[in-house]
Amino acid sequence: MTLLDFARGPALEWAAVIFVVGLFWRIGGLIFLARARPLSRNRRDDLWRGGWRMVWSRFVPNRVFRDRISLQFLAGWVWHVGFFVVLLMFEVHILFFEGLFGLSWPALPNTVILVAAAVTAGLLVMLLIRRATQPVLRAISGFDDYASVVVVLLPLLTGLASYAHLGLAYETMLALHLLSVALLLVWLPFSKLVHVITMLPSRYVMGVKFWRRGVEV
Amino acid sequence: MTHPPPSLSDRLRAHGISRRSFLRYCATTASLLALPPAMAPRIAQALEAQRRPSVIWLSFQECTGCTESILRSDAPSIESLIFESISLDYHHTLMAASGHAAEAAREAAMAENAGQYLVLVDGSIPLGNMGFSTTAGESNVETLRRVAAGAAAIVSIGTCAAYGGIPYANPNPTGAVPVSEIIRDKPIVNIPGCPPIPAVMTSVLAHFLAFGELPELDDLGRPVVFYGQNIHDRCYRRPFYERGEFAESFDDEGAKKGWCLYKLGCKGPTTYNACAVLKWNGGTSFPIEAGHPCLGCSEPNFWDAGSFYQPLSQATDLDSRTLALAVGAGVAGAVVAGVAGREAQKAHHEAAAKRAADRSKAEVSE
Repeated sequence: MTLLDFARGPALEWAAVIFVVGLFWRIGGLIFLARARPLSRNRRDDLWRGGWRMVWSRFVPNRVFRDRISLQFLAGWVWHVGFFVVLLMFEVHILFFEGLFGLSWPALPNTVILVAAAVTAGLLVMLLIRRATQPVLRAISGFDDYASVVVVLLPLLTGLASYAHLGLAYETMLALHLLSVALLLVWLPFSKLVHVITMLPSRYVMGVKFWRRGVEV
Repeated sequence: MTHPPPSLSDRLRAHGISRRSFLRYCATTASLLALPPAMAPRIAQALEAQRRPSVIWLSFQECTGCTESILRSDAPSIESLIFESISLDYHHTLMAASGHAAEAAREAAMAENAGQYLVLVDGSIPLGNMGFSTTAGESNVETLRRVAAGAAAIVSIGTCAAYGGIPYANPNPTGAVPVSEIIRDKPIVNIPGCPPIPAVMTSVLAHFLAFGELPELDDLGRPVVFYGQNIHDRCYRRPFYERGEFAESFDDEGAKKGWCLYKLGCKGPTTYNACAVLKWNGGTSFPIEAGHPCLGCSEPNFWDAGSFYQPLSQATDLDSRTLALAVGAGVAGAVVAGVAGREAQKAHHEAAAKRAADRSKAEVSE
């Protein structure tokens, strides 16, 4: 079995199984978590409105911090969008999903994907360096923070290299790309990357709590 | 008075091939082998002096496609004459003799040219039951060991001899192995392909005849000069890949326009061979040009590397059924662990509340 056969076969299969089981494990854990009942009376009605507002209001920076965090905020937005564009709109990736679910959709031109991937990878590297060099950021960063960025960065770098035929032979690069995707799948449910699933629900819950106490969100 | 056997040069002249054509062939061979032009005269000189070196062709678990490939080269090409000009002393399919006479011819060739003859092998060797494939009552593995012992070098022709090929594919019922798993003390060159390109076979032989050694090989024992680049890199359909223009089926507009066959499972990006450059049938075409995706037939285990028609970017083992099972397992695990965790959480809270109550009761009594 070649490295590529291993990557396309057992590696992706087991990584996907761990990803799905791990994800449901985490979600189940959060759902079943016992929570303290609020002891005070609600300050406002329509709690869902508070949750819903917070889901959307956090997509733009808070006015108070806008000047200080705009670079980080913008970079974060761009690389997240770039990542999903590359993941979901690249012809070859759509083929992967089609093989799995039988569904396909129109792709973006390869040139657009190439630019999106390069910009995304560049921003991730920049943010990683910033995290490692800024004293405050460094003080609040742990292993999970650094590892999560690296684990997201690897599929982008190996994907770019295999597309552009850089470095190792194509089939080796493709195998490394698939293995890096497998690593991402295994790492995601058990790291901070799980925010992919929990971010919007937790914003909603936070919004409901704030709204109940009469805090504007 | 005995005359020395005619040299290749004499034989070519007898076939009406001019010296100019012969030199052009030598220049082409030098070019195919990526040798500097100055080497062409050396190839010519060496080939002219050759006195029909003895070649023994052993056929084991094979389909005769490799022999067909050589025979169907655009005869009477100079390549085929070169092939005629070696002394092919043993070949099941091509030799006139049969039975004991054929085996006697092989034994005689081995005795007369001990240490100097070339062994060409097509087909894999079964190690399961020795009766799976025999010649004159002798198992393939015994024949190979005995014949290889006196050989100067071995050329594994075709993917079966080089890497096991189709007989080696899962579940490998005959216990088939490639030549390199049996013979380890002789120089071996692999010329994989199902079948290999005729010009590649003859050029490797020409290199051996001219320089007395095998060409530079890659880590899979293949001549780098022919197997150094993948088919995708040299494919004339590559621009369509870059533009994202793919044939979706074998009869759609994309297929008619000659767009890239990646979506139809083309293995060109991971297959190293000279098909896109040398082509077949005298440089007429190759599978992708004929509208079919590359199967990757010159790569090890090509038969077991997923469907021929599954794109390279798709997982081979993962499917929606596996994912559904994983979802089920994940949900079940989460429910069991969640309920147990909740009970533990409740018990912890109750214990804490009881401790607090006991403490306050103790304070009151004091």
